[in-house]
Amino acid sequence: MYDVAVIGAGVVGGLVARTLTKYKLNVCILEAQNDVAMGATKANSAIVHGGFDAKEGSLKALLNVRGCKMMESVCKELGVSYKNNGSLVVGFNDEDRSVLNELLERGNKNGVERLQILEKDELKKLEPNLSENVTCALYAPTAGIVCPYTLAISAVGNAMDNGAELKCNFKVIGIDEIENGYKLSAENDAVEARYVINCAGVYSDEIAKMIGDDSFSVHPRRGEYILLDKECGDTVSCTIFRTPSKMGKGILVTPTVHGNLLLGPTAFDMEDKEDKDTTAEGFANILGNTHETVSGVALNKTITSFCGLRSVGSTGDFIINSPKKGFINTAGIESPGLTSAPAIAEYIADMLKDEGLEMEINPEFNPIRKSYHAFAEASQEEKNAIIKENPAYGKIVCRCEGVTEGEIVDAIRRNPQPHDLDGVKRRTRAQMGRCQGGFCGPYVTELLAKELNIPYESVTKFGGESIINIGKTKGGQA
Amino acid sequence: MRDLVIIGGGPAGMSAAIAAYESGIRDILILERDENLGGILQQCIHNGFGLHKFGEELTGPEYAWKYEAKVKELGIECKLNTMVLDVSEDKVITATNTEDGLFQIEAKSVILAMGCRERSKGALNIAGSRPAGIYSAGTAQKFVNMKGYLPGKNVVILGSGDIGLIMARRMTLEGAKVHAVCELMPYSGGLARNIEQCLNDFGIPLKLSHTIVKIHGKDRVEGVTIAKVDENRRPIKESEEYIACDTILFSVGLIPENELSKAAKVDLSNITSGAVVDQDRQTSVEGVFSCGNVLHVHDLVDYVSDEAEIAGKAAAEYIKGNQGESVLIPITTDGKIRYTVPQRITKSKDVAVYFRVSNIYKNVTVTVSDGNNVIFSKKRVKVAPGEMESVTLKKEIFENAKELHFALEEM
Repeated sequence: MYDVAVIGAGVVGGLVARTLTKYKLNVCILEAQNDVAMGATKANSAIVHGGFDAKEGSLKALLNVRGCKMMESVCKELGVSYKNNGSLVVGFNDEDRSVLNELLERGNKNGVERLQILEKDELKKLEPNLSENVTCALYAPTAGIVCPYTLAISAVGNAMDNGAELKCNFKVIGIDEIENGYKLSAENDAVEARYVINCAGVYSDEIAKMIGDDSFSVHPRRGEYILLDKECGDTVSCTIFRTPSKMGKGILVTPTVHGNLLLGPTAFDMEDKEDKDTTAEGFANILGNTHETVSGVALNKTITSFCGLRSVGSTGDFIINSPKKGFINTAGIESPGLTSAPAIAEYIADMLKDEGLEMEINPEFNPIRKSYHAFAEASQEEKNAIIKENPAYGKIVCRCEGVTEGEIVDAIRRNPQPHDLDGVKRRTRAQMGRCQGGFCGPYVTELLAKELNIPYESVTKFGGESIINIGKTKGGQA
Repeated sequence: MRDLVIIGGGPAGMSAAIAAYESGIRDILILERDENLGGILQQCIHNGFGLHKFGEELTGPEYAWKYEAKVKELGIECKLNTMVLDVSEDKVITATNTEDGLFQIEAKSVILAMGCRERSKGALNIAGSRPAGIYSAGTAQKFVNMKGYLPGKNVVILGSGDIGLIMARRMTLEGAKVHAVCELMPYSGGLARNIEQCLNDFGIPLKLSHTIVKIHGKDRVEGVTIAKVDENRRPIKESEEYIACDTILFSVGLIPENELSKAAKVDLSNITSGAVVDQDRQTSVEGVFSCGNVLHVHDLVDYVSDEAEIAGKAAAEYIKGNQGESVLIPITTDGKIRYTVPQRITKSKDVAVYFRVSNIYKNVTVTVSDGNNVIFSKKRVKVAPGEMESVTLKKEIFENAKELHFALEEM
């Protein structure tokens, strides 16, 4: 029997599990998909929000501001890319200006530091590519950007390195209350745990219902994005938001920590929790809005588009509660969920303490994890020393992102092990550049087949039936 | 310090190396990222290469081997599995491989011959899901021809570039059913002979003015919705049609791979996405030359070899201290002619100018003017964007020109 089972290996589940391995606890992470970070974690704006947006006194406000303060050090420990680039909420008219003033006031009450309203001339100096129509903006110098999926992957990996177990393809279909805890069943497997943390994203309401808690619901909100070539990464330096509306923070324009430019998201309320289709209307919306806030965005440098589903809770705030002894919900973790995740993890640990879980410090806990991009970030001398020891680091596999065979093999061997091409992509960036795996895909397939000791044609894009090749050619069969 | 470093060991790089050797340069180094020379020709196992250059129909590997054998015979040094990471304006090259690690080489002259890459599906903002089963045509070609694996059985191809056409036939020969090749434009971007031999001979429909508007499927592609497009290339809702398939191949354009040229501060053309060059294929950076598909996308490798020979010879002369003239005549175009290569020429040599047109035109005259004077004209029955054209100009007719203007006049 585990002390704690965490359902869902997104950024919240991953950081919760990692935080719990700081204590002498036997932790298990249950993930329905073939890899971790497969839900909203892999397809969001990747923003560390300042914390002026959420209503004063809400969990969102509390955990956002705290998470924003924690993010840099958590990322440093876990070797995750983070940049404190600041954010601007831009306004076009007097109406926007009054909203920005409200946000400023709310931010100050929430404890966000150094917020200020900037006027057009100052903005032009800070962001020369802002549209001429922008008249003012709320500047949040504490805001930042982060790589959300490597944050989740590295959090799970660090938890595993500190003793936690991960079970992928473990889709919880039933929960039974047993003596001293719960039994969590998947189709062909089951685990028992004294405490359960529900971090199941868009499915968290369905997990809660399994123990009879129907006090909330979660629906998916579609968010489509367009990603541009690294050539365009310096179009803006801050994250540029529009003045918010009911449906969210609007279409933003932001550099990513890897140097691309990201546009999005759209916001469309859905019922189907699996429908991650992009739409022509969505693209039109993103492109139109982008032109209004930032000029000179080179849309012909688009390298991909994608869609994520945020979990919108029925209460308007994050839903973090304990409906039954030993069972904790973390649901409706929409924006600013990524920013809040490190703070949510601590909050959950405190709740477990209150629930009576004995939490003795684990003296063996090692908070430090080597970055997936450690080789890329090394000096020329260090690189040559590494290549001498392992020549595979001298061989570039992904030419667009400059990823070596050594980095790919290392990523496949580390916790949590990727089982598919997209898993390698999120960890190493191989296939994530301007050719989108056109050149390196066949080679990464080969490395994955070899490392996992599976046939070439069994390699998938993201598990399930997502096979890359259906079999051998006529000549290949000979 | 090396005399000549050539980045890329495909058809352009090899041809340039041989030409430089034959012009007297001995200290030549080819840096190639793949484990073999030959570049993309290695996976082009179909025939049709070499008709112009050798008067025979060769497969891609056979064509490449003619050059590779010569490179080996001449003893030209090659570093394989070597990726160039940077080229500086003063011709310092940074590269990496498993044996030397990260290393730098300074060169008197550099020839850029890195080739091109395929525009990916991601660049197109196509609505729908993102399942497995979506490949660029060249990636599928690599799986089938180099790895011996078949990506799928029921195929729809978007784009009628040559690789897409070749793969339509290749997948058919492997037992797959190619349901349609959709082309956004009202004409194909591929060679006429490929339309005939790869589609018509196999009864594969080419749907001009059609595009994919939605991709269906959760894990693996299950189908596509295609639609006809209007004259502004916007899909017509009423014309939508669903085709069940498990594979989508994209052949939607080739992009010269000029990241290193940018690093070397070489001026690039907005139209070709390659370097702006003179008749010697010298770029805006002295001693740095560019040739092959990194300069502009060719439809025949024979022309790549010719172009690379020019660059190789010129680099040799540059190394020997015989620099070209500084007075150059710029070439402009009328838009119907999209671009020319070279984009500027010297007065003192005859020159072959290659160009591409922006649409299909019938019964036209290609004119070259110096101000209001037409100094050269040539009639063509049909010109198409998919087929590169050329004219050879004698120096006598342009030696006093300030600028040459290339235009297409419809009769």
